[in-house]
Amino acid sequence: MTTTHLAITVVIIALFSYWLGIKRAITVAGGVKHTRQLVSLPGQYGLLTAFWCGLPAILFLLIWSAIEASIVDSLLIQKVTLSLDATTQQNMSLLVNNIKILAEKVLLNEDVSSATALQLEHAAYYAELNTKATWLKTLLTLVIAVGCVAVLLTKIKQTFHARNNLEKIISGLLFTCSGIALLTTIGIVMSVLFESIAFFTKVPVTEFLFGTQWSPQIALRADQVGGSGAFGAIPLFVGTILISTIAMCLAIPVGLMIAIYLSQYASPRLRSVAKPMLEILAGVPTVVYGFFAALTVAPLIRDFGILVDLPIVAESALAAGLVMGVMIIPFVSSLSEDALTAVPSALKEGSIGMGATHSETIRKVLFPAAIPGIVGAILLAVSRAIGETMIVVMAAGLAANLTFNPIESVTTVTVQIVSLLKGDQEFDSAKTLAAFALGLMLFITTLALNIAALKIVRKYREQYD
Amino acid sequence: MTKQDPQTLPRSAVTEKIELGLAKRHRREKIFRAFGLTAVIFGFMLVFFLLFDITSKALPAFHQHWVKVDVNYSAKNLRYSAGDDLANLSYRNTLRKSIYEQFPDVKARRDKRKLNGLFSSNAEFAIKEHLQANPEYLGTTQPVWVRVDDDVDVYLKEVEVLGEPLVRIDQKEAQWVKTLVENGAIEERFNVEFFTSSDSREPELAGVRGALTGTLLTMVVTLVLSFPLGVAAAVYLEEFAPKNRWTDMIEVNINNLAAVPSIIFGLLGLAVIINLFGMPRSAPLVGGIVLTLMTLPTIIIASRASIKAVPPSIREAAMGLGASRVQTTFSHVLPMAMPGILTGTIIGMAQALGETAPLLMIGMVAFIVDVPSSFTDASTVMPVQIFLWADSPERSFLAKTSAAILVLLGFLFLMNASAAYLRRRFESK
Repeated sequence: MTTTHLAITVVIIALFSYWLGIKRAITVAGGVKHTRQLVSLPGQYGLLTAFWCGLPAILFLLIWSAIEASIVDSLLIQKVTLSLDATTQQNMSLLVNNIKILAEKVLLNEDVSSATALQLEHAAYYAELNTKATWLKTLLTLVIAVGCVAVLLTKIKQTFHARNNLEKIISGLLFTCSGIALLTTIGIVMSVLFESIAFFTKVPVTEFLFGTQWSPQIALRADQVGGSGAFGAIPLFVGTILISTIAMCLAIPVGLMIAIYLSQYASPRLRSVAKPMLEILAGVPTVVYGFFAALTVAPLIRDFGILVDLPIVAESALAAGLVMGVMIIPFVSSLSEDALTAVPSALKEGSIGMGATHSETIRKVLFPAAIPGIVGAILLAVSRAIGETMIVVMAAGLAANLTFNPIESVTTVTVQIVSLLKGDQEFDSAKTLAAFALGLMLFITTLALNIAALKIVRKYREQYD
Repeated sequence: MTKQDPQTLPRSAVTEKIELGLAKRHRREKIFRAFGLTAVIFGFMLVFFLLFDITSKALPAFHQHWVKVDVNYSAKNLRYSAGDDLANLSYRNTLRKSIYEQFPDVKARRDKRKLNGLFSSNAEFAIKEHLQANPEYLGTTQPVWVRVDDDVDVYLKEVEVLGEPLVRIDQKEAQWVKTLVENGAIEERFNVEFFTSSDSREPELAGVRGALTGTLLTMVVTLVLSFPLGVAAAVYLEEFAPKNRWTDMIEVNINNLAAVPSIIFGLLGLAVIINLFGMPRSAPLVGGIVLTLMTLPTIIIASRASIKAVPPSIREAAMGLGASRVQTTFSHVLPMAMPGILTGTIIGMAQALGETAPLLMIGMVAFIVDVPSSFTDASTVMPVQIFLWADSPERSFLAKTSAAILVLLGFLFLMNASAAYLRRRFESK
């Protein structure tokens, strides 16, 4: 049975054992009318039995599926090593792969006449191993499922506290689920960190951080030690900063003014129309913005450049930055609005009562009071801009030019990660690992920005509560 | 201390100064307000421009031009001899000969090739299917409608004066197209194939069905994983977790994860799920897992807010009647919090639906013609399909891309509208 089939079988057995548990509890109580004698509800006995049946079996199945392939492989390698001389052992992974392909061909009754007898023997051994593993898996899973149910059924008595046991299991499960977030973070840190360390053994950290040449595509041959391509990431950092700056130059003023107008001036009717409008802007997928930037805004900007006699390249930083700014406007405006409305109304009323105009109140009282929240919002928006991928992948260039000129083509960290990892790559070449080093930089930067933003916002909240 | 009557108070220099400044201050107030209004109007204009731009680019993709060819199914053209299988006849030759019959003046070899280029490359299969469906047509001449080539399609949609050359259509080709139109041999039809066929290198044949199916499979995985996990985590953190460093850490973690760039989740998927666990590349299963990790924080945060909003009196009443914590949570708190949780889940799913970057990392960018049928088949999703088509040089892919965007936006709109509906119903209670 395949793992999927087995899992379905276990679920069916669990459903059946739910019924068994209820039956057993009723029997122990001495009939349906006497269920009051039990310390827990019959349904709770049923649920507990089902959990006892399903959980261990599914857990076992998961662990088995995770390690089965590697155990079978190592057994196969053992067998192959015994029958081969030392010279061919270097291509072990290739050999093992060939054997697997051969085994599959035998299974599908395809033509295998080109294989040698030894290879066929190995393939047969591999197939046998697989069959055995499947049988063992099926058998063990079913034994565990049925065994656990049997053990529990014997335990059910009138005084057996099914509810307490059940609730322990449930809260354990809930606890595990809440740990997933932590596991994800650990997974991210580990995967990015280990690959980056592997990268830094090939390319020195200083070269990566301070080098001004980026051309990873030069490293064509795998045996080029240290990757003769240049891995100086400064042009990427500069490009990222340039595009993010352009985006923020658009998003901060527009977003702030929208927030101020909507929270202080706008009529409820305008608000009820403008809010969904901002939600539309926020909900548009980034790939759509990318398409918009590359095929509408970039040509517009280029045409404008021709009009005023300015050579603007097709993949200018300006187009990507402006569209990214549009994407970020709703983000800035909604967070700033929260910050503005959180300012106690006494401050505003006091200022207006003293004779200040509305705009003076906003500029000189509300805004300074809300500034920590607004700064927090801007930091979060910057972290968004830095991590944004699709707009720059579609509208910014690939060439790593070290320039602050917005009408030139620049590339960003995220663009390079995508272009290095898109498609099939050899996994331990410097080129591929470089993407993970860039990912590490991106992760650290955005994390630092987020933490700073949260700190500022939290500190601000304490002032008025 | 003597109190002066304000009426008799001489107008002091200060008051005068204030009054002098008033006009200026009011003008500033007006300017400030105008700035605010301009920003809001700017936002509206952006939305309209974006939607208008995409819609106007997309409209041509929903119609396609078909051309009538009088196909001469003669035994000579088909190179047919009695007893041959209808599947293995020379349909390409038949198609070409039939086209030349319609344009007897075209003699030069290069012109003939150009003439053939006006018809879709899949026309020969169309006439094959036609004959296979109606074997009695063998030896007769039958009108068959086939698609025109994508360049001709774009030409017909954009040209102002028929017969004038345009991008990728020269004078001669334009004249032929004009002849065809004048003979009534060209017809515009609704492009059903856009929804029923998969990706293709030929723009006139490409459709979104494969990508839609891939999106559906990926979303199913994401929903099945992220909803129970997210709700369980939220329930634990709100109802069960003791206040200690461990739960604090989890909380900070979730908040940070919500702001991690999506591409980082792609790196995680590539390094851990594909390389470490050995799951298949390009599969909806892996895409779904990556998107689950990405949307979990959204769902957890929304669910926690919703659970927190349930009045404590509900919990106290349940517990007062002897319910345990678990019973209280599952039979009283969760049902009351469900609308809010569902809203959060829909918003999270909408995010996942539009996400592209992490899926590029795990290889869902491949060119895939087959419609995926299982969770481990290689497939692609709508946003990635849009990305791939936007990169294609053929002009008619521009319309296809915009049309695919419209389909995607339509789905997003539906999801957000249902979330808004749920929220409103919840609020009115």
